[in-house]
Amino acid sequence: MGDNLAALTTVFTEFYYWVTVVFMFLIHVGFCMYEVGASRRRNHLHTLMKNTMLIPLVTITFFFFGWWIYWAFPNGPWITGPLLTDAAAPNAPTSPTMGTNLGDRITGVFWAAFLLFSWTAASIVSGSVIERIRSGAFWIIAVMIGSVTWIIDAAWGWHAQGWMVKLLGYHDAYASGVIHAIAGGTALGVLVVLGPRLGRFKADGTARAFVPQNPWLVTVGLFLIYTGFWGFYAACNVPIISPEGIGGEITGSTWTATTIYLTPTTLGAITVNFLMSLSGGLLVGYLVSKGDPFWTYSGGLAGIITASAGNDLYHPIQAMFIGGIGTYLAYKLHYMVENRFKVDDAVGAVAVHGYAGVIGLIIAGFMLWGYPSSPYEGFATVNPLGQTIGAVIMFFVLGFVPAWIVSKILDGAGLLRVPKQVELMGLDFKTLHEEEAAREDVRRAEKALA
Amino acid sequence: MGSTWAVDLADIGAVYPWQGLELIMVLAAVAVWIIWHIVQIKQENNDYADDIAQFGSKEAIKKALDDHPI
Repeated sequence: MGDNLAALTTVFTEFYYWVTVVFMFLIHVGFCMYEVGASRRRNHLHTLMKNTMLIPLVTITFFFFGWWIYWAFPNGPWITGPLLTDAAAPNAPTSPTMGTNLGDRITGVFWAAFLLFSWTAASIVSGSVIERIRSGAFWIIAVMIGSVTWIIDAAWGWHAQGWMVKLLGYHDAYASGVIHAIAGGTALGVLVVLGPRLGRFKADGTARAFVPQNPWLVTVGLFLIYTGFWGFYAACNVPIISPEGIGGEITGSTWTATTIYLTPTTLGAITVNFLMSLSGGLLVGYLVSKGDPFWTYSGGLAGIITASAGNDLYHPIQAMFIGGIGTYLAYKLHYMVENRFKVDDAVGAVAVHGYAGVIGLIIAGFMLWGYPSSPYEGFATVNPLGQTIGAVIMFFVLGFVPAWIVSKILDGAGLLRVPKQVELMGLDFKTLHEEEAAREDVRRAEKALA
Repeated sequence: MGSTWAVDLADIGAVYPWQGLELIMVLAAVAVWIIWHIVQIKQENNDYADDIAQFGSKEAIKKALDDHPI
């Protein structure tokens, strides 16, 4: 590791990412609690297992090919250059640096931080499709977004050499688009093929309220998602790097934290902006939903997500207003789409993540118009058109379209939706029935002993 | 990796066993992943078929809705 300063920097960076991974685990705990709380009692176990098992499936596939994609695809390939096989080689599953290796202390924790983003992307989709999707179908879709489509978008728009950054000036520091817009678009692509839960819409087309079964579980779940979001924000940064380490146009000798693009920011700035955009979202979420707890909490999330693209640079007051605007629009769009197109998004994920993410990208294009997207020469500056094209790529091209295609294939094979009878009786019916029989058996046995 | 830690760590890289067999390990793991999906989908199909066979009548579903309310 060279001299003591280099050793300290390496070990600090290793520990820094490790801490973010542990924090981000709470996002998944939160999503599980949230989904189970939002589902009806007869579907709890299915809902829980559907989300839980994406963890191993996305993890192993991210090891097999997801991580390699990130390092191989920054040029498209063939948009700004070839497939980067040399850069990707140390990140292939067969590379010695992917195993226990005393010569490389960073690849593992960096891989893990990205993996936790992958879980989040897949988990966002999970909530919207509860109570009627087959687990097997969802897990194929989870692998698609977790280990293929989101990591392609990260290579394109969340990499210091990504072609979207170079050509479009795309700036998305805390993943309004690369995680949230793509996950929202993916959820919508699945939902339009999957259809609403039975009984969700009346004959006249108006929606029935499927009330969350356990609002307390939903509440704690959303609080945990907020908590994990801190780790997510920290994980999006490079914690400490010298100008020589960046090797770009920055002069002097001041070490700094940077975004994934290696543009400078501070942990303090993003902490304040996280809180201010959360607050803007909560304030507006409460008012626009007339104090509905579900939408107030979701508004907090939508606020952060909207401001995330530019939270490395915004003033806190800007972050607050941007969070509020995104929350208002996401809420309105949710009900407009639900009423007009009969889309049954059980947790509002398309709105909170997808619409808020898209809105956040476009707002960042105006707010940061002319800012450098990179410390390197020859990159486009941030601009509204580049951000808007980026939003379309995230939500529609890499989000909606692949999800729609895969869902259509699964639906055609009869593997997408659970049978009508099973959906009506409840996805846990057999398990609940067997559990009740077991209890009755114990009761009878105990009574016989009395 | 040798049989002693009496080494300069700066000279040490990978330390896991079976070095050189990474490709075989990866292929085995990929096979497990694909087989897992196939087995899981078959299990899920069978479970739903069983559910419908045992409890899929109109009366049974109505009773299930009463037993496990919204």
